[in-house]
Amino acid sequence: MSGYLEGVLVVLAINVILAYAAFLPIVAGQLNLGIAGFMATGAYLSAYLTNAHGWLAIPAALAATALTALLALVVAFPILRTRGIYLALATFAFGQVVAATILNLNVVGGASGYPVAAHLGFPAIAAAAAAVFAAVYLLFHTRFGISVTAVSDDELVADQMGLSVRWLQAAAFTIGAGVAGLAGALHAHHFSYIEAQHFNVLLSIYVVLYVLLGGTQTIYGPLLGAAVFTLLPEVLRGSAQWRYVIFACLILALMTWRPQGVVTRSLLRRLLEWRRPAPEAAT
Amino acid sequence: MLAQQLVNGLMLGSVYALVAVAFTLTMGVLRFLNFSIPGIFMVAGMATWAMLKGGAGLALALPAALALGAVLSWAVERLTYPQMRGGDHFVPLVSSMALLILLENLALVAWGSDQQRVVLPFASASARFGDLVVGVPQLVGLALAVGVVWALDLTLRRTRIGRAVRSIAEDAETATILGVSVGRVVPVVFVIGGVFTAVAGVLFALNYQQVSPFMGEEVALKGISAMVIGGMGNIWGAILGGLVIGVVETAAIHWFGARTVDIWVYGLLLALLFVRPTGLLGGGFAGGRA
Repeated sequence: MSGYLEGVLVVLAINVILAYAAFLPIVAGQLNLGIAGFMATGAYLSAYLTNAHGWLAIPAALAATALTALLALVVAFPILRTRGIYLALATFAFGQVVAATILNLNVVGGASGYPVAAHLGFPAIAAAAAAVFAAVYLLFHTRFGISVTAVSDDELVADQMGLSVRWLQAAAFTIGAGVAGLAGALHAHHFSYIEAQHFNVLLSIYVVLYVLLGGTQTIYGPLLGAAVFTLLPEVLRGSAQWRYVIFACLILALMTWRPQGVVTRSLLRRLLEWRRPAPEAAT
Repeated sequence: MLAQQLVNGLMLGSVYALVAVAFTLTMGVLRFLNFSIPGIFMVAGMATWAMLKGGAGLALALPAALALGAVLSWAVERLTYPQMRGGDHFVPLVSSMALLILLENLALVAWGSDQQRVVLPFASASARFGDLVVGVPQLVGLALAVGVVWALDLTLRRTRIGRAVRSIAEDAETATILGVSVGRVVPVVFVIGGVFTAVAGVLFALNYQQVSPFMGEEVALKGISAMVIGGMGNIWGAILGGLVIGVVETAAIHWFGARTVDIWVYGLLLALLFVRPTGLLGGGFAGGRA
């Protein structure tokens, strides 16, 4: 595999993981604009464990994932007291505070960035992306997936049906944040250098856009959205200057064409019926 | 010294305040966080720079930049609003963000990525009040900001179109039933928002004398925070929030260094959201006055 292709695929794998980090809270009705903050937490924790305590990259990344989720659980309850756009803005503010705090932490390099010694290559990152996808797939084929969707569809009814709304929302928020932490750890160990400025709110917004563009109705939406956002600028690389102009126009066209996101439930159903003719069509 | 910091903070805050008004308009009326605002802010600022450099006077550059802001904002409405009807409420976020990417990269193609220095068509004058130094253009800018917001407030409270805007903010469906043409009023909201954003962009270019394709991002984030701190959908709240953030920012730089600004500003925002999510002056469009 050429170095260029591998580089693109690594970015794709990390972006897919990030897309699921945003997707989990979105299906629970939470627009998390603080993904970059959780990603930074995971990246710096994992880097610190390997650099300062001599951990190996993989256990460090897993520990960082768990610790990021723990941090999210702690902040989930005050943040989830807000809702709708207020929740989105609270997560945005939280992400900004995390990045700014890291910028002032001299133990991890402060504003000059933090080199990371332990390296992770493409196979490990690809395996992590596949594992995250598999986990989300399983999650949405259990009661949890149905319950979370029920909560975002109608909180009151979900509550009356006996679902623990608060815990389901906190779980979606926490698991999503943990997944973002994992993406951050992988980023740190692959690129061998991290700086707080990288984890800004625009990154968070982009990740949310992956999900909204791909579609929030099915678990395949984020996968497609991340792929479009990662690969399209690469495909357009030929026209160096204009590529983001073209990219933006294509996104606009796509959203006008499919405002619900590219992959929707009805699209999936139609695709399945096309492969396997429906019984009434067969007669 | 303290008073000087306060003055500098208020000057910075007046730019945030205008951007916050633009955000609060689309937020209050349409519940839509319009990410194209930093793009319009930047285009207005850079266009001012380009026109001044090209030899146009301020008398030409200023109205041209404002008109550009209005036209762009109208175009944003055309490209995002149709998706909002019946769609998920965060869907137009994607389109407005795509528009921001588009505007930033068009500016990049046209003018390059360097930070450009704005050469003022007048000698930079400053007025002294005892020990206080206040730039005259900044003072004029502040007066202008208060003036346009006051005009907007009057428009919303006293005119027919203002009443229509407030009724849509209250409940778009009921407003339609009562004969308000939502399709006609919404573009007006966008155009007003575009003008406010453009005024802020021009003020920024003239006050700080530097522009670049990405100048809008940081200001817009502060503008969004200002909107929340003042109370979402509340115009005077947006002004108050902008000034508060400007003062907090200059104070943080003065006492704790530039690197800590984000901790203070966004920490304040986070704390406020936990304690009083409706903001200092309370949410609700135009303060909910009938």
